[in-house]
Amino acid sequence: MTQAITVSGLHKSFGRTHALNGLDLDVEAGEVHGFLGPNGAGKSTAIRVLLGLLRADAGAAQVLGRDPWRDAVEVHRRIAYVPGDVTLWRSLSGGEVIDLYGRLRGGLDQRRRAELIRRFELDPAKKGRTYSKGNRQKVALVAAFASDVDLLILDEPTSGLDPLMEEVFQACVEEERDRGRTVLLSSHILSEVEELCDRVSIIRKGRTVESGSLTDLRHLTRTSVSAELAGPPNGLAHLPGVHDLDVQGRRVRLQVDTDHLDAVLRSLSATGVRSLTSTPPTLEELFLRHYADEVTA
Amino acid sequence: MSRQLAGTGTLLRFALRRDRVLLPVWVAVNALMVLSMPDTLRTLYATAAQRADLRHQMTGNASLRAMVGPVFDDSLGALTAWRVGVYAGALAAVMSLLVVLRHTRDEEESGRQELISSGMVGRRAPLTAALLAAAVANTALCVLIVAGLAGQGRAGALALGLGVAGAGMVLATAAAITAQLTESARLARGLTAAVLGAAFVLRAAGDAASSAGSSVLTWLSPLGWLENLRAFAAERWWVLLLFAAATALQTLVAYALAGRRDIGMSFLPTRPGPAAGRLGTAGALAWRLQRGSVLGWSTGFFLAGVVYGGLTDGAARLVGDNARAREIFQRMGGRSGLTDAFLAAMIGMLGLVAALYVVSSVLRLNGEETSGRAEPVLAGAVGRLRWAAGHLLIAFGGSALIMLLAGLGFAVGYGRQIGPVLGACLLQVAAVWVIGGLAVLLHGVLPQGAPAAWGAAGAALLIGWIGPALNVPRAVLGLSPFGHLPKLPGGHLDWTPVGVLLALAALLVAGGLAGLRRRDLAG
Repeated sequence: MTQAITVSGLHKSFGRTHALNGLDLDVEAGEVHGFLGPNGAGKSTAIRVLLGLLRADAGAAQVLGRDPWRDAVEVHRRIAYVPGDVTLWRSLSGGEVIDLYGRLRGGLDQRRRAELIRRFELDPAKKGRTYSKGNRQKVALVAAFASDVDLLILDEPTSGLDPLMEEVFQACVEEERDRGRTVLLSSHILSEVEELCDRVSIIRKGRTVESGSLTDLRHLTRTSVSAELAGPPNGLAHLPGVHDLDVQGRRVRLQVDTDHLDAVLRSLSATGVRSLTSTPPTLEELFLRHYADEVTA
Repeated sequence: MSRQLAGTGTLLRFALRRDRVLLPVWVAVNALMVLSMPDTLRTLYATAAQRADLRHQMTGNASLRAMVGPVFDDSLGALTAWRVGVYAGALAAVMSLLVVLRHTRDEEESGRQELISSGMVGRRAPLTAALLAAAVANTALCVLIVAGLAGQGRAGALALGLGVAGAGMVLATAAAITAQLTESARLARGLTAAVLGAAFVLRAAGDAASSAGSSVLTWLSPLGWLENLRAFAAERWWVLLLFAAATALQTLVAYALAGRRDIGMSFLPTRPGPAAGRLGTAGALAWRLQRGSVLGWSTGFFLAGVVYGGLTDGAARLVGDNARAREIFQRMGGRSGLTDAFLAAMIGMLGLVAALYVVSSVLRLNGEETSGRAEPVLAGAVGRLRWAAGHLLIAFGGSALIMLLAGLGFAVGYGRQIGPVLGACLLQVAAVWVIGGLAVLLHGVLPQGAPAAWGAAGAALLIGWIGPALNVPRAVLGLSPFGHLPKLPGGHLDWTPVGVLLALAALLVAGGLAGLRRRDLAG
């Protein structure tokens, strides 16, 4: 089995709201897969379908080779889930909840549990009511990372963590990958996704708009180039794939579709290059490009 | 002082806006119950002679007084106050305690209060707004009762209206105190409800203990004050001072406590828990969450059994050859000896109250789901049926347990007929389970509407409480599952209706679980 999650053409409506509108998602076993989308794009709905908490209206979904609705219990034995908004029982201590979650999955590695509690600086004896948002998330994260499972589904798991804890979180995800586990990471912290993910899927309005490795995706977008030339540039404006050209004497700034970078560089070096910076597109630009028309629409 | 109260007006409007459905429904149901009573009485007891007879039969009998309170006059108004006064006061009290805790401790526990209090809101404003919201509701109820019953006598209507509203405000301010004591709104509700339950039992015990009407015990209960206001029967207006004094005193205590604590904190502190847990299954979790409430209900039912059991002998001795009383007892409790009839009536009352337990316990499922706490549990290797089974076992097993404990209480307080009394207690469980099954069905099929199960329990309580003492048609009594139970001890044990009720309960639960398996998780 090389696919941890396969989803094709998933539909889910709540009344007149179409939360999922033909969603596709492929997560390979052993990878960290970023799941991106703006608020309300359907990320959490998709995850809740993958957990068998919601039943899809149409389309197919397989998690660890099984139907997440029909075989929920068997699938869940090998899954750890961290919701974006963790609510705890006020009368139970964090430690009790961690152990409960662990036992409700495949089991808990006690050594790893102790280590994680230390690294996340969590006080497990406090009761649910007294934890802050970040600490409630730590409870769920410790339980997930210490659980003996194959697949981790993390739904915006770091929204309450401070930067130091964010670093601990990233290290933990790396360790999970090294141990051969699969991680589906829903997030809108793009630096986190860029840092951690092998591949990403971007969804919008319940539909997948882009999917692939970051390198693949970058090919689809523009590189920023700024250069100081030996003389005034010529012919740049006529090259295909050039956008936002800005010439100030011998200084040039432009955006170019990454496929056409080669022709632009040749044209620049024909004039003579004094200095050159070229920036690959950030995930943020990628992301914005996909949602820009939504903003303008 | 004015700075302490800054923002009270805004908070009060906000509270009334949030409760714009809840409060009118509470007030309307309560007022309708009171206002429909004169007509009902006129239908059942058409002539003054019949009413005088009813009154005559009702007085001088301890067990009847314990159950339905003393009758002070035979006018339609006085009989209305006698029959629904205490019940209306108890309903107003429940409404008031829910409203106050909803806008105080609930807000603090959920963390919403922090954001509110970061605005231009004085330290005493939230509690004041909550108490004012309760006051608004009780005033509306009072106005409706006074206006609706004015035809029976203005003074009596005013006395009854003020008494009902007064009982509401006494419990509202009691809730204001418990809101300061605990961090958990649920525990605060439980404590305040226990106060109300004690008021109920004290009134019953006090009325039974003295042939003259009410004894000291009655005067310890705000519901006893309501009764002794004697609406429509030479009102004793000074009793209103008791309501006012209790309300004022409790308000002072609540404010004093509120001024001495931090937001979100309480006087009963939360202790740290274990760093490692032993909970390993959804069932163990359900038990952990519900054990406190099971313990509370068990204690309450055992004590109620002891108290009512202790009243039984006196009840039988005092009943004498009162034909009318015997008839009413027989309607409530069956056709055999009066002791049996009294026992059967009291056991039936406890069965009705047990319906409230089963609804609250089943609705834990609903609360877990809508709060989002069920989601990570169900994302574990736990099927929905296993998850539900834990809570349902506690709901259905627990209702059998508390009825059993009530039976043991009777054994302690009364001491004879132990077997038949225990059996009669357990028989109630069949009807309790039907109400519980209805709650399961609602949760499984229509999770947003599940709290409507409270309505079913309330309706059963209303029918069972008001119905038998007033010759209400059998068809109405039959709407409640409790109306189909054989009257035990003493009556003829007919297994057919019991079997039908059990089958119906099983069907409702099965339907609810089937719905739960098929639907999306709520929340």
